[in-house]
Amino acid sequence: MALPQLKQDATEARLSALSLPEGGWSSAARADALARVRAMGLPSRRDEYWKYTRPDTLVDADAPKAALFDAQEEPIFGEIDRLKIVFVDGVFDAAASDDLSLDGIEIERLATSAASDIHWAKDIYGVLEAKGQDPVERPLAALNTAFATDGILVHVKQTPSKPISLIYIHSDEGSDAILHHVIKVDSGASVTVLENGPAAARFNKCMEIDLADNATLHHVRAQGRDHERRAATHMFARLGTESVFKSFTLTANGVLTRNEVVIELTGDDAVAHVAGACVGDGDFHHDDTVFVTHDAVNCESRQVFKKVLRNGATGVFQGKILVKEGAQKTDGYQISQSLLLDDDSQFLAKPELEIYADDVACSHGSTSGAIDEEALFYLRSRGVPESDATDLLTLAFLAEAVEEIEDEALAEEIVSRLSEWLVRHRRS
Amino acid sequence: MLEINNLHVKLEEEDKQILKGVNLTVEAGKVHAIMGPNGSGKSTLSYVLSGRDGYEVTDGSATLDGEDLLELEPEERAAAGLFLAFQYPVEIPGVGNMTFLRTAVNAQRKARGEEEISAADFLKLIRERAKALKIDADMLKRPVNVGFSGGEKKRNEILQMAMLEPKMCILDETDSGLDVDAMKLVSDGVNALRDEGRGFLVITHYQRLLDHIKPDVVHIMANGRIVKSGGPELALEVEHNGYADILAEVA
Repeated sequence: MALPQLKQDATEARLSALSLPEGGWSSAARADALARVRAMGLPSRRDEYWKYTRPDTLVDADAPKAALFDAQEEPIFGEIDRLKIVFVDGVFDAAASDDLSLDGIEIERLATSAASDIHWAKDIYGVLEAKGQDPVERPLAALNTAFATDGILVHVKQTPSKPISLIYIHSDEGSDAILHHVIKVDSGASVTVLENGPAAARFNKCMEIDLADNATLHHVRAQGRDHERRAATHMFARLGTESVFKSFTLTANGVLTRNEVVIELTGDDAVAHVAGACVGDGDFHHDDTVFVTHDAVNCESRQVFKKVLRNGATGVFQGKILVKEGAQKTDGYQISQSLLLDDDSQFLAKPELEIYADDVACSHGSTSGAIDEEALFYLRSRGVPESDATDLLTLAFLAEAVEEIEDEALAEEIVSRLSEWLVRHRRS
Repeated sequence: MLEINNLHVKLEEEDKQILKGVNLTVEAGKVHAIMGPNGSGKSTLSYVLSGRDGYEVTDGSATLDGEDLLELEPEERAAAGLFLAFQYPVEIPGVGNMTFLRTAVNAQRKARGEEEISAADFLKLIRERAKALKIDADMLKRPVNVGFSGGEKKRNEILQMAMLEPKMCILDETDSGLDVDAMKLVSDGVNALRDEGRGFLVITHYQRLLDHIKPDVVHIMANGRIVKSGGPELALEVEHNGYADILAEVA
């Protein structure tokens, strides 16, 4: 079916501002992805999947400028022993990065891998993304596959000694970055991937993750605090038998964020947890869009999203659990909650379950509320000042999401960032 | 210590007068009890003194060691030495009991310009005081009051009192929902805190709590006023004859 003219024009305008990078082994996947973009068209406000989030600025030919923001704080994960890989406005920074080598893993840049015509990543790059286009289209991810200028390709053969840490620095007010990562974890191996930083004025990032049987991936992300930055991210994960996928995202500030997570449980007894804590003050729009497909027996999935909103901030949650025929003994859980600190903020939630198996346990819930006045008075009556008591209750509200992080040191890092944010954004 | 003069209070939301001129003085080292039928204003008095929203003081005063309580925020009243043991302690999911207590103790110390207590000293102190109230390590770790039984919640209130060491303690129906053993435990906790520098105001429906926490003065409250005051024998009179006789007598 032909695209509406407006959508076609907007799509072509965006495409005309981009050129296909030298792809080598990825050329075919990029050409296919470009064809997908042209067939789908880039998102517009009228698309059902973009009902709550305006995609215009993510789609425009030029990225809106974003002022640089000096957070005046030590970057997160600084105390964690990790393999650092740094991108500045989407450009790899060799001097700031560690050597791309770590026992047990093969690690390479997408850009430099293009010299070769064969690559292990060929079975994953654009493949999981293409699969994730059904039943819901995700054109920005296809755009990413076609035009990504760099990224990392990680093949985890054995559990490495430390996490892989992707650091995204924003240094140019007009930067428009497209990065695409591929992570393949072999049977029995486990890896932790960290991501932090604002990345660019506009950031389109895609990560494809392939977990073999018994493989484990922990992902902890802290999206940078630049107030004016925009980000559209996608994670596509395919889970084998008894594999474990756990992802947590902290978002504080950022004028526009859309994080999509698309998970397919293809092997029996696999576990997928996706969690997010976001705190927004003022001109802040944060959208978590999650799609979990159960296509095997006895798998568990959890979606835990908590949003603290004030001064007109907007939070969006679109979460779906799809249980396919035959995916018996599925245990699916989904909760999305917002804490609205004033009357100006809003939370828009669309929780969905679609179930075609008869022996499953799925639950979902979504709430919006204010600070519990009873609890606040109780704390104050014990001598805790109102602002401290409010912070304590706010952190307690976020706790269920933060508890999804298994590593204690990483969880503490996240909690301390949240506490600092709350103190900075007090009402007084 | 606690001086309440001609206190008049109405509900903020509706035009309903609850307290209609309460006069009461609790001296340091003394235990005063307030008894009275349902709806007489006993709990309202405790809430107004601790600074809960929803009430409007239309006349009168309440001071603690000369300081005007009614002008202070709830946390300032706490730092000034006032403590209310709640009739219905509030559950706070996500906040650990220990974290909560340490935050409270240090907030009060800070407000009074004192040094914060070290983590080690705090731990030592809380273990010792929790043990006396049969509060185990698990209860200290769990979120505040979440999943606690009625008795555990009340013991937890007394633990907070023991840790915060207030000057003036108000116990609002601390006996409600307690079995005999729990009442003994709670009472022992309160008695251990009796001290010549500390005043107590014990609000209760029943005389039986006063068998354990022996009051110096008993007040009968009805229709927003204290209608009769006397010694411990007044509580026994209520136990035997109910409130009707006393109310008829003062009417």
